[in-house]
Amino acid sequence: MSSAPHIDSVSRAAETPDERQPYAELGMKTDEYVRVKHILGRRPTSCELAIYSVMWSEHCSYKSSKVHLRQFGTKAPESDALLVGMGENAGVVDVGDGWAVTFKIESHNHPSYVEPYQGAATGVGGIVRDIMSMGARPVAVMDSLRFGPADAPDTRRVLPGVVAGIGGYGNSLGLPNIGGEVVFDESYLGNPLVNALCLGVLRKDQIKLATAPGPGNKVVLFGNRTGPDGIGGASVLASATFDEESQAKRPSVQVGDPFTEKVLIECCLELFAADVVVGIQDLGAAGVSCATTELAAKGTGGMDVRLDLVPLRDETLRPEEILMSESQERMMAVVTPEDVDRFMEICAKWDMPATVIGEVTDTGRLRMTWHGELIVDIPPGTAADEGPVYDRPYSRPLDQDELQRRDPAGLPRPDDLRAELLRLLGSPNLASKEWVTAQYDRYVRGNTVLATPADAGLLRIDEVMPGAEPSTRGVAISTDGNGRYTRLDPYAGAQLALAEAYRNVAAVGARPLAVTNCLNFGSPEDPEVMWQFAEAVRGLADACQTLGVPVTGGNVSFYNQTGSTAILPTPVVGVLGVIDDVTNRVRPGFTEEGATVLLLGETREEFGGSEWAHVAHGHLGGLPPAVDLAAERRLAELMAAAAAEGLLLASHDLSDGGLAIALAESCLTGRYGCRVTLPADPFVTLFSESTARMLVAVKPGAESRFAELAAGIAVTELGRTGGDALVIEDLFEISITELRETHTSTLPAIFD
Amino acid sequence: MARVIVDVMLKPEILDAQGQAIARALPRLGFTGVASVRQGKRFEVEIDGPADDAALAEVRKMAETLLANTVIEDFTLRVE
Repeated sequence: MSSAPHIDSVSRAAETPDERQPYAELGMKTDEYVRVKHILGRRPTSCELAIYSVMWSEHCSYKSSKVHLRQFGTKAPESDALLVGMGENAGVVDVGDGWAVTFKIESHNHPSYVEPYQGAATGVGGIVRDIMSMGARPVAVMDSLRFGPADAPDTRRVLPGVVAGIGGYGNSLGLPNIGGEVVFDESYLGNPLVNALCLGVLRKDQIKLATAPGPGNKVVLFGNRTGPDGIGGASVLASATFDEESQAKRPSVQVGDPFTEKVLIECCLELFAADVVVGIQDLGAAGVSCATTELAAKGTGGMDVRLDLVPLRDETLRPEEILMSESQERMMAVVTPEDVDRFMEICAKWDMPATVIGEVTDTGRLRMTWHGELIVDIPPGTAADEGPVYDRPYSRPLDQDELQRRDPAGLPRPDDLRAELLRLLGSPNLASKEWVTAQYDRYVRGNTVLATPADAGLLRIDEVMPGAEPSTRGVAISTDGNGRYTRLDPYAGAQLALAEAYRNVAAVGARPLAVTNCLNFGSPEDPEVMWQFAEAVRGLADACQTLGVPVTGGNVSFYNQTGSTAILPTPVVGVLGVIDDVTNRVRPGFTEEGATVLLLGETREEFGGSEWAHVAHGHLGGLPPAVDLAAERRLAELMAAAAAEGLLLASHDLSDGGLAIALAESCLTGRYGCRVTLPADPFVTLFSESTARMLVAVKPGAESRFAELAAGIAVTELGRTGGDALVIEDLFEISITELRETHTSTLPAIFD
Repeated sequence: MARVIVDVMLKPEILDAQGQAIARALPRLGFTGVASVRQGKRFEVEIDGPADDAALAEVRKMAETLLANTVIEDFTLRVE
C-alpha cells in the first residue's frame, strides 16, 4: 500500500500551519473551522477535518435543533417505565415480566430520492442496527412514507422503488412490517419522506450501551468490510491534499446487504448472551468517525486506533475516506482482553469478519495511526458532544395569518353525500394501501397479532432469551403525522400527530407508554421553517408531558425542500403501548352481527386541513381540529378498561376523512356492514375531523357495563352491525362490494 | 435481424453483495485462487433491422431507461 509520503500526519499539520484546507467544501463554516484549530492548538490534519466536519454536520450534531429538543428532557413526564431515555441509540421501555422493548424512528429521505430502492433499504438496515446496539433482538419494522401526488410521473419512479427496497431488505431479514403510513402531497414531490421505525425486544437486565470504559479493553470492528460507500464529500478532501489518483469519483449511494445484516443480528445476540460485550455502537452516518468518537467520549475518555487495520473492500481507500465511509452492516464493540478470543470464536462461527483495531485508554485523547504515523489526536468529546449549537432566528411566516383566515367554512358542500364518501374513500390518501403493504411480510416470526390495516401493529412478546419467562404481554405501536395540520398550526399539528398515534394504540386496547419522533422540516436557515420547527417541538413536548408519555429518542431531518420551497412541516410521531394479555386485543372491523355501534367523543364542525377540503377543493386553510389531550387520555383509559373486560367486538379511531371513512373501513375489514342513524348535520357528522373520537362496536350484553365505564365521555349510539352494506338511515346505502372496489382499485390503477 | 448484447455491471465502487457471496462460496467448494467475483446481467436484444447507428442509439436509450440503473450500474453495448 502506498501512502506514507502523502499522509497528512499530526506532525506535518504542525509544520504546515497555513496549508489551505477544504473545510467549506465539507460543509463547515469558517468559525467552526477556527474553533477546531482553537481546540487542537494547530490546524487539523485532513483526517481530523474529516471527523469534525461529519460529526459537526447538522445530521450528526443536531446543532440547529438541540436548543429546542432539550424540552423533551426538561418537560419529560415522570415515568416508571422508562429504562433508557434520550441520548442513546434508542430508548428502552419496561413492559413488565422482566421484558423491555426498544424502539426508534429515523429518516432516510434524501438517499431514497436519489436511489429509491437502496435508499429505503439501507434506511431499514440502519434503524435495525440501532435497535441491535441496545442489546435487543429486532422483532418488527414499520415505515412512514410520504410522496408527491400519486399520479405524478416522479412518484411512479420513487414509490415503487422505495416500497420494493423496504420489502426487499425487511423481508430478507425476516422482520414483519406491521404498520405505517403512505401519504401523498404535492410538497413531497421533489423530496419524499422515508421514515423507518424498528422495534426490538430484550430482557431488561441485558441492556447494552454505547460506551467504551476500561483502559486496556479492545475495540473490535465487525461485520462488512469498509468500502467507498456514501463518501461523496471525502473525495473533496482527498483531491485537495493528494494527487490525481485519489480523485476518483466516490458514490454517494450506499448499497445494503440484508443477508449479512441477518447474520450480524444473530451474531450480536450470541455475543450478548455470552456476555462478552462491554459496550457497542452501530456504524451509521459518519461510520468509524462517529463510532470511535462517541464510544470514547462516553467511556473512560480515550482510545487508540490503528486505522490501517480496518478491513477494506477497496484497498485504495485513503484514511479520510475510511473515516467517512458509510458502508452498511458494520458494528463496533468494546471487549475485555480476556473475552477477545471468545468474541472472535463467535464471530467466526457466524462467518462474520471481526478485527481488533484499537484499545481503550485513559488519556482523554482519541488517537489514530496509519502505518505508524499519528494522523488523529483529538479530545473525542469535542467532536461527539461539544459541537456547535445554534439558536437560529425564527419568525412566524408572513402568510400564516392569511392562511389561518382562509376558513373552510365557506367551501361549497356536496348535495350527494354517497358520492362524496366514495370520492374520499377512493382518493389516494384514504384508499387501501394494500398495494404497498402486500409487498411486506406482515406475519413472519409468528408473533404478529395485529398489522395493517389495524389502527396499531400489535406483537406478542415471545422470545427465547437467557432468563426469559413466558408472558402474555404484547406491545402495540403506531406512527402518525399530518403535514397539513402542522402547516396551519405547527404547535397543534405536532400535538395532533401524537394524539392520533396515542389514540391508535389505545384503539387496540393497549396502554400508551412512550414516544419516538422523526421531525421532517425544510431548511433551519429559513426563519419561517425554524419557527415551524420550534413550535412543533414545543407542542409535542407539552403534549407528551400532559399525556404522561416520555419521548425516548428520535431523529431530526432538515433541508427537506425542492429549490427553496420547503415540504409541509411533518413531525411523525410513534407511540408505543403495552397490553397485559394479547388475547384481549380489540380488532378493527365488524366481524359479527348485532353489535351496538357507538361513536365516542364529540363532533364539532372542523374542516381546516381536512382530507375533505383537500380532496374536494384542494383547499388548505383555517385552523386544524382542536386538541383535547384530557379527552384523549380519558378515551385511552376507557379503551384499556373495556378491552381488559372483553366488552368490545371492534374499534377504529376517527382521523383523516372522519366518521365516513371509519365506518367504511370497519365494514371493509370485518365481514359485515352496519345500519346507522346520524345524530346531527349529516355532512359535518360524516366528514369533520374532530379529535378524541373513536368508533366502537360493543358486544351484545355488554352495553350497560360499557356505559358505566364510559361515564364522562360523550357516547352517541349510531346503530348496529350486520348486513352486507353500509346503510346510513334516510340518506344512502353502499354495498361492501362497492366500497371494496372503490377502496382497493386506486393504487393498482396507478402503479401496476 | 441483429442481436445487440447489453452487459450491465454494478459500478466498481458499489458493493456487490451477490458477487461477494459467490466469492465466499467458491473456496468452500474447493475452488482456490479466486481473488474476487463481480456479478452482472446480460441482455440479448433482438432488433428487426440492421444494427446501424440509429438502432444502437435506440438500444442505448433502452439500457439507460430500463435495463440498467445508471445511478449504481454501468453498461456496455456490442453487436453479436
